[in-house]
Amino acid sequence: MTTVHEVLEVGSPEMHIAEGYLPWQHAAAWTAAAAPFVAHGVRSLTQAVRADPDAKLLVGAAGAFCFVLSALKIPSVSGSCSHPTGTGLGALLFRPPVMAALGTITLLFQALLLAHGGLTTLGANVFSMAVVGPWVAYGAYRLVRAATASAGEQTSLGAAVFCAAALGSLATYTMTSVQLALAFPDSASGFLGSFTKFAGIFSVTQIPLAVIEGLVTVVLVRLLCRVNPDQLRRLGVLPRRTAEASSADAAVATENKAG
Amino acid sequence: MPRTATTWLLIAAAALIAVLPLLIGSGSHLEEPFAGADAQARGAVAEIDRGYEPWFTAVYEPPSGEIESGIFALQAAIGAGIIGYYFGVVRTRSRLAQEGAVPPEAAPTETAEADSGSTER
Repeated sequence: MTTVHEVLEVGSPEMHIAEGYLPWQHAAAWTAAAAPFVAHGVRSLTQAVRADPDAKLLVGAAGAFCFVLSALKIPSVSGSCSHPTGTGLGALLFRPPVMAALGTITLLFQALLLAHGGLTTLGANVFSMAVVGPWVAYGAYRLVRAATASAGEQTSLGAAVFCAAALGSLATYTMTSVQLALAFPDSASGFLGSFTKFAGIFSVTQIPLAVIEGLVTVVLVRLLCRVNPDQLRRLGVLPRRTAEASSADAAVATENKAG
Repeated sequence: MPRTATTWLLIAAAALIAVLPLLIGSGSHLEEPFAGADAQARGAVAEIDRGYEPWFTAVYEPPSGEIESGIFALQAAIGAGIIGYYFGVVRTRSRLAQEGAVPPEAAPTETAEADSGSTER
């Protein structure tokens, strides 16, 4: 007989719900909920690549970032290990739907080859990691970007990227807690009691990891700013208007020089 | 602060947060420190205890911890390889552009822009 401890034991370190550990009704419902997001994600992915073929490499890199971070198990202050999600970067660069497609690839790899997560729980895990996480990350990014618009460009971008990646990561485990609590409500305190327990246990482990994920994502965006600012301008991550203005200025300067 | 220094500081901070639990011995009170299993969770959720049979098992399970860590390493390597490839391509492209080498497929208007850019520099 399997108990909720074991659900936690198997499910918590990977942040994903293990194979067969959601009642089939729940598994089917989450699969149905996630499917349209993934379909839409695949369409936005092809559109993004078609609209800007140069973006193809960066889309690949954003997916690869999710792949790397999901493979890294990092020790936390709670004395256990967990891994970040890496979905924030792609969400803020290409908008969340693209991450629904890329995150699903990562989850599928881990479900098929590593027995982490699972096929029956793929829908639930996709919903938390590839739908909720990216959307929360994107929302946080836009909010912080707007709130810090008066600050310097580097500061504003850094703060927004950090909040996006960290909150996206936290949102993923919060959603996992909701899914587990819905499937295993506390006999006395019901869904809320169960959710508080799951979320409370996960948060100790996940908060330091979310900070790490935020810092690492900021580092990557800083590198992107340095090596490929034009791409970021096309994606709207760096302000477009000033870029055009400065290139216009440069053109005027060369004309003046020539004339 | 110079930008490179800030970047290194961010990396150091991330590494510190990852290593700190090991240094302060966060796992020393546990039977199996830093295992995947969250030992602290067990006591806390004991009340929700309920019988449940998993109704589906994994299609493939790595037969040992060694093989599992190998597949994890493969996953990280594939990802890191693609990211490294991306930065390599982009850096080379921008260096070639700086040297004024115009890619043959570039349209004439782009050529003019690239030329004016290099003159400016």
